[in-house]
Amino acid sequence: MRILALVKRVPAPGARINITEDEQHVDDKNLGHAISPHEECGVEAAVQLIEQYGGDATVMSMGADVSEEQLRAAVSVGISKMVLVPTNGSPKDPQATASALVAAIRELEEQDGVFDLIIFGNESADQGGFQVGIRVAHELGRAMVNGIKGLEIPDGQDGSGDGHIVARREVDAGFEVYELPLPACVGVKEGINLPRYPTMKGRLASKKAELVSLAVEADADAHANGRQAQTRLKSPPETATETVILGDGVDAAPAVVDLLEELGVL
Amino acid sequence: MSAVLVVIEHDRGHVPEATLEALTSARSIAGGLGLPVHAAAMGEGAEMVASQVGEYGAEVIHHLTSPNLGDYNPEAWGQALVGCVSSESPAVVMASGTDRGNELMAQLAARAGLPFVANCVDVAPDVSSMTRSQWGGALHEEATLDAEIKLISMAPHTVEASPGPAAGRVDEIAVDVDDSLVRSVIRDRVVLSEGITLSTAPVVVSGGRAVGSEEAFAPLEALAEELGGKVGCSRAVTNNGWRPHADQVGQTGTRIAPTIYIATGISGATQHWVGAMGSKNILAINTDPEANMVTKAGWAVIADLHEMVPAITEEVKRRKG
Ligand SMILES: Cc1cc2nc3c(=O)[nH]c(=O)nc-3n(C[C@H](O)[C@H](O)[C@H](O)COP(=O)(O)OP(=O)(O)OC[C@H]3O[C@@H](n4cnc5c(N)ncnc54)[C@H](O)[C@@H]3O)c2cc1C
Ligand SMILES: Nc1ncnc2c1ncn2[C@@H]1O[C@H](COP(=O)(O)O)[C@@H](O)[C@H]1O
Repeated sequence: MRILALVKRVPAPGARINITEDEQHVDDKNLGHAISPHEECGVEAAVQLIEQYGGDATVMSMGADVSEEQLRAAVSVGISKMVLVPTNGSPKDPQATASALVAAIRELEEQDGVFDLIIFGNESADQGGFQVGIRVAHELGRAMVNGIKGLEIPDGQDGSGDGHIVARREVDAGFEVYELPLPACVGVKEGINLPRYPTMKGRLASKKAELVSLAVEADADAHANGRQAQTRLKSPPETATETVILGDGVDAAPAVVDLLEELGVL
Repeated sequence: MSAVLVVIEHDRGHVPEATLEALTSARSIAGGLGLPVHAAAMGEGAEMVASQVGEYGAEVIHHLTSPNLGDYNPEAWGQALVGCVSSESPAVVMASGTDRGNELMAQLAARAGLPFVANCVDVAPDVSSMTRSQWGGALHEEATLDAEIKLISMAPHTVEASPGPAAGRVDEIAVDVDDSLVRSVIRDRVVLSEGITLSTAPVVVSGGRAVGSEEAFAPLEALAEELGGKVGCSRAVTNNGWRPHADQVGQTGTRIAPTIYIATGISGATQHWVGAMGSKNILAINTDPEANMVTKAGWAVIADLHEMVPAITEEVKRRKG
């Protein structure tokens, strides 16, 4: 099975998301960075499928050079190849991102063959456009379902060639089950699995792995029918709350239960 | 005729609240543009949605038909929308920013080569600029949208659904849906009947990293049970494998709206807060009076959760007698 997982480097903000002075970016000067959580689970899903059915998995990110950190993190948990599609760092709109990723995927597939499965996140954690994966899949002519929380290869198949993949999507009262012909694309959600931590051996391997940099030409037609553009970022209006401190320590228990009674939940 | 077209994301004829919200938003956008609201529905059960959709303001309901439209299928439904958009030339196409709403809008956008702005919280009268949510609502982006046909989704709960009856005339449109797209249809459903869930529970008792282990959630379970509620948690907890991901509250977990959210040993990172902020009341239990969860909550107790949670349970039991 050949699998591609698409990931994005995002800052990991805490109590507040600060914005840079030009109002264009999250101020990440003092922040750690991570793979977007849904996509981190996409990486784990790729590794699990390869462990079970053989083959190889590639991770790809489009972003600034520092995204190498997240690509190496993916390699440290079992992905074999990593590809960076470099950008100059300015925020890209979903149409531009998708067309660049399509160009990069076509190039990788020309070199080494078609990816049986391309795994996206349901949405990126920062921009959350809910569309890059769907645009890429359509451009490649492949089946795509978003919001996936379970992936299985049907019995007797090995996840390659003209087989299928069963994809489960969580809804209020249970699951919807899709069966997509391969090659296919899916957008996965956190919870599909519990990503593993890297082993010492994995860490060492990730340090030695080769980073493939794949620059692609911008597609002049990406915005033929229009575009969206970010003007500025801002903090959402906050409703100021006065916190009522019900007490310190266990002596506050009666006050808490008074509150529960008042709210009618007791 | 130009209109504001609302995508009806029904499930076998059942129209979710989110779609009624989208229709409600569409009425005010259409009012600003001086256009009528139309709706597009397709697939299994589409013939059942008309009266409800008319009740919420659709002048016309385009019922899209094709032998290849059945149960929900994002690719086939997305292509059907392309057919509707090319025959009706709406000024705006919109949906609610739910899983299905965003997925259908993205499918339409990809197939029509149009931009699509997801999860708007505020839209300019001419729909050429908007504010949309990023980071699950923890950050807002002001954006411009330049396109002949404007595709947007509204973040869920931006407005409260309210009726505004209109003619609700049904108009059938036969659309082309390629045979090849039947591949993405729902084949089967697994129903898990669980009773109350995290998103519907009136009380959620949640634990964070400070709980410390899987076993240490037992006192939280006990309190939740006394109150007829559910146990939730932070991502630090699911990452450690102490609770299943289904219990996670937040940006990449569940958004909850209980009568009271009791958050114990949770710092209140923005990505957790966006899942909790819909709660009607929040009680934070934390040893740190400066923790974000404490300063943002309406109520707080400064205490060690390991002592506090059992003490509350005891008091509840005592009063119940
Ligand atoms: C893109 C992205 C998406 C994310 N999505 C989510 C999400 O959906 N949900 C989510 O929860 N997180 C999410 N996170 C993670 C989030 O940023 C935080 O890391 C996480 O919420 C922290 O969990 P916590 O509050 O349990 O732990 P901590 O931040 O470590 O907080 C522990 C708290 O416990 C208090 N404490 C310590 N001892 C005690 C005691 N004995 N009694 C009482 N209090 C005590 C401390 O004062 C502190 O406030 C996401 C992160 C990213 C980058
Ligand atoms: N810059 C990028 N590099 C790699 N993958 C991306 C990038 N942007 C988006 N994606 C993928 O597309 C998914 C959906 O992104 P979005 O449309 O921004 O919500 C993400 O979860 C990623 O898997």
